[in-house]
Amino acid sequence: MRVTLWGTRGSLAVPGPETVRYGGNTACVEVRGKRNALLVLDAGTGIQRLGAMVRGGRGRIDLLLTHLHMDHIQGLGFFEPLYERGREIHIWGPPSPTLDLRTRLARYLSPPLFPIRLRDLPCRLTLHNAPPERFEVGGLEVEAALVCHPGSTVGYRISEGTRSLAYLPDHEPALGLREFPGEPEWTSGFDLAAGADLLIHDAQYTTEEYQKRVGWGHSSIRDAIAFATVAGARRFVPFHHDPTHDDAMLDCIDSVVRTGDLPFGFVAGTEGATFEV
Amino acid sequence: MSQKAVELILMRQLASSLAMPIFLVDPAGNLLFYNEPAEQLLGSRYDETGEMSVGQWSSLFTPIGEDGAPLPGEALPLDIALHKHRAAHLAFWIRGLDGVSRKIGATAFPLEGQGGRQLGAVGIFWEQP
Repeated sequence: MRVTLWGTRGSLAVPGPETVRYGGNTACVEVRGKRNALLVLDAGTGIQRLGAMVRGGRGRIDLLLTHLHMDHIQGLGFFEPLYERGREIHIWGPPSPTLDLRTRLARYLSPPLFPIRLRDLPCRLTLHNAPPERFEVGGLEVEAALVCHPGSTVGYRISEGTRSLAYLPDHEPALGLREFPGEPEWTSGFDLAAGADLLIHDAQYTTEEYQKRVGWGHSSIRDAIAFATVAGARRFVPFHHDPTHDDAMLDCIDSVVRTGDLPFGFVAGTEGATFEV
Repeated sequence: MSQKAVELILMRQLASSLAMPIFLVDPAGNLLFYNEPAEQLLGSRYDETGEMSVGQWSSLFTPIGEDGAPLPGEALPLDIALHKHRAAHLAFWIRGLDGVSRKIGATAFPLEGQGGRQLGAVGIFWEQP
């Protein structure tokens, strides 16, 4: 499968000259299977450019949302295929014990926050709770599981044959632990990431920043590396960059990380990057 | 070995930070985790024992009712939480491995995940004055 990063930023879109290389758009990742199935992971502001690339096509699109925080759905209303009459689009999202996915998404896609109502979209739209069991889309096997992040949040593992991508953009597996990492069995997200060929994982903070933001649902780069190591990932992409981290700071973090003895390939999480998995 | 459900992981992390003795069991009653204050009640350390089967850990102390008679397992709050899926509370006596009898209060509640998944139960014990 081919994986392309359309948005790598966390929390808030920060376009500008100081973020031009790592990117200012919030979370959105394109996954293309061998049979050309299109999965889109999250609908941050990065999805707008992806939508312009795939408009006018006929293929089904499956949009997998990890959770409904604003930085992961803000681009949804600007995804052009949603406005294509008859285009088959499936949106998968985390389950809620109280409200279905349509109701929760309609809170954003309705006035006064947005002029177009979800129910008025002309595409053939189907919404699903991401099920606890694996499901298959166009030859890609998808597994969703709840992970440690405020609110109902899932991570995804997408497999094609023997190859796998793990996507945990918002994840704080170190929460409440005196030492991290601990036993894999007691580590949030472990099963999703175990042995993944490519792991895209939250690395929002420096160690110092994390100390002031424990419980906000994100990881320090140090904890993200520890998680990738425990999980045995083959390649690791830091993701969900803090909006206050400009290119110079991310370069600095990148160079410090590369001085370490890493048991996996480390690839900067830059908007536009493409990976063959 | 597969990963525990995230709800159990978060419960363990919370228990690790609290001062009340807390026991975390799976749907079969096997002891998945107990925190440091609970170690004093059991007389053993989690780092040494790890998880324990229901038979193993229930034999570590003897629950005794107010009338001095041993309590049947189904009267205990954790058993009620697991099998009747409701919260329960009971005051009773236990004699731990150290031979000391203690009056404790025990509250237990079931852990139910989304989609009706039964994940186990939590028992909170504390010594009664």
